[in-house]
Amino acid sequence: MNQKHEGKLEHRFKIAHREALIGCALAIFNFVWWYGFAYGMGSKAPEEYTFILGFPAWFFFSCILGFLVVVGLVWYIVKFQLKDMPFEDEEDESNEVNSA
Amino acid sequence: MNWGVVFPLIIFVIVVFLVGIWSNRKMAGSKSFLSDYFLGSREFGGLVLAMTMVATYGSASSFLGGPGAAYSIGLGWVLLAMSQVATGYFVLLVLGKKFAIVTRRFNAVTLIDFLKERYKSSAVVLLSAVSIIVFLFSAMAAQWVGGAYLIQSITGISYVSALFIFTISVLIYVVIGGFRAVAMTDTIQGVVMFFGTLVLLIAVVIAGGGLNNIFADLMNENPNLVTPYGQDGQLTGLYVSSFWILVGVGVVALPQVAVRAMSYKNAKSMHRALLIGTIVVGFIMLNMHLIGVFARPVLPGIEVADQVIPMVALDVLPPWLAGIILAAPLAAMMSTVDSLLLLVSSSIVKDVYINYVKPDATESLVKKLSLGVTAVIGTVAFLLAISPPELLIFLNLFAFGGLEAAFIWPLVLGLYWKFANKYGAIASMIAGITSYIGIHLYNEQYGELLGVHTVTIPVVLSLITFIVFSLLFKQEAYYFPTKNINKSA
Repeated sequence: MNQKHEGKLEHRFKIAHREALIGCALAIFNFVWWYGFAYGMGSKAPEEYTFILGFPAWFFFSCILGFLVVVGLVWYIVKFQLKDMPFEDEEDESNEVNSA
Repeated sequence: MNWGVVFPLIIFVIVVFLVGIWSNRKMAGSKSFLSDYFLGSREFGGLVLAMTMVATYGSASSFLGGPGAAYSIGLGWVLLAMSQVATGYFVLLVLGKKFAIVTRRFNAVTLIDFLKERYKSSAVVLLSAVSIIVFLFSAMAAQWVGGAYLIQSITGISYVSALFIFTISVLIYVVIGGFRAVAMTDTIQGVVMFFGTLVLLIAVVIAGGGLNNIFADLMNENPNLVTPYGQDGQLTGLYVSSFWILVGVGVVALPQVAVRAMSYKNAKSMHRALLIGTIVVGFIMLNMHLIGVFARPVLPGIEVADQVIPMVALDVLPPWLAGIILAAPLAAMMSTVDSLLLLVSSSIVKDVYINYVKPDATESLVKKLSLGVTAVIGTVAFLLAISPPELLIFLNLFAFGGLEAAFIWPLVLGLYWKFANKYGAIASMIAGITSYIGIHLYNEQYGELLGVHTVTIPVVLSLITFIVFSLLFKQEAYYFPTKNINKSA
């Protein structure tokens, strides 16, 4: 019983570790996108700015499109990457049967 | 008094009260008072969880001056504020499932409970409790001042009366409802903020004659307003990036955020909260700060930054709508205060009193004490806010960064690094807090050290200290217990 318990535990923690790393990767991607467009396109003289949908291009890409892209990625991660699991140890028995 | 504005506001406060009473009745039927009062019995679903998280992140940003800063600095500040989108997914993914499982096994109700079980060290517990009581109390008392100013600017009554109304509303509501009441109102407020900022943004754009007009006006006034560099070109990429630590990823270590990461019902609500939270926090931040920038050509010459949103709302919207929308920031402040109040009182009651003074306190004594301490702290905050002492404002200025520097590594490494031990945790907390205070004082005198926000260097320093001291006093690897600590022998 105890053996089985530990195996289950390792398994759940392994999933949790993977999901934490996904969180870090997403934050790094988000930062690079945000920084790249803001300072890549925003550093020229304001007179030379192009405008998209009324906003300066650097702001549109970095903050508006960037936000939408991140929301899309979060949706993808939630839908296809994250695993459902019980948090309570009491529920282990029934769930083990299901997942076995 | 402008009843057209005040009336919807009062309706909102009454709704908030009813929610508190409803939550309280629900609590009467639950098993553990502590877990319920401070954590809502870990039963929050996706929407409530997302909204209470967002309301808590929002408090870190309203602290930054938010829309008022965007009004004077321009799009550069909106860019900075968008670093908060990361909080929407980062906290839940990083603390995530492991924290949820482990805190259940530890029967942990607060961040300190977790640290106490993980490191089994009185020094860690006392250092944490002192940081929370000092820093969070100051942060909270300052919100008290903000809430009173807001009521004052809407209704026109005197500051002390406004403060009194604010205190009474907050206290009644938090004392009768606990964490569940706070989370439920966070949800109402989140929804109001979500639609409110959108309506206000649209109204401001129309009042300014469309986006093209607004940006042309801004360029005419000062082209720097539409660059990422601020109105005087003062914001460097490095400095703005360092806010990713203060209001982005570092938020993971705030005790009021960590406690919410213990409160979800199951993995499904956590998943839903991830998506809702990211959308809502990004949407509100974007709208709220854009309103600040766009308000500049519409309503030039506002001197006090905190008045930007109220003045613009009153200017561009019909009174009843302005009343509802202004209820949102007021509500946001109330809920921030409520959740901080709960944390400070839980630190005093649980972490200090039950741990060190009276470990065998009965359930009913704990209950009376929690309510009593909450009421006393609220009253003290009221008295301090009547004429805010300088120390309070000073402490509030760096409360959030200080808490992040103190808690981030003991929490994150404690959760994910098996060689993390109490020596590392103690050294890291001391290094984080002292270097944060030191650099804060230095930066006030001489400008930003290395061109980054105050919080950056202490976070790096406390990481190094944590690892060095953990390895220096290396003990055997730590493994989390495999079942609930009360049930295993």
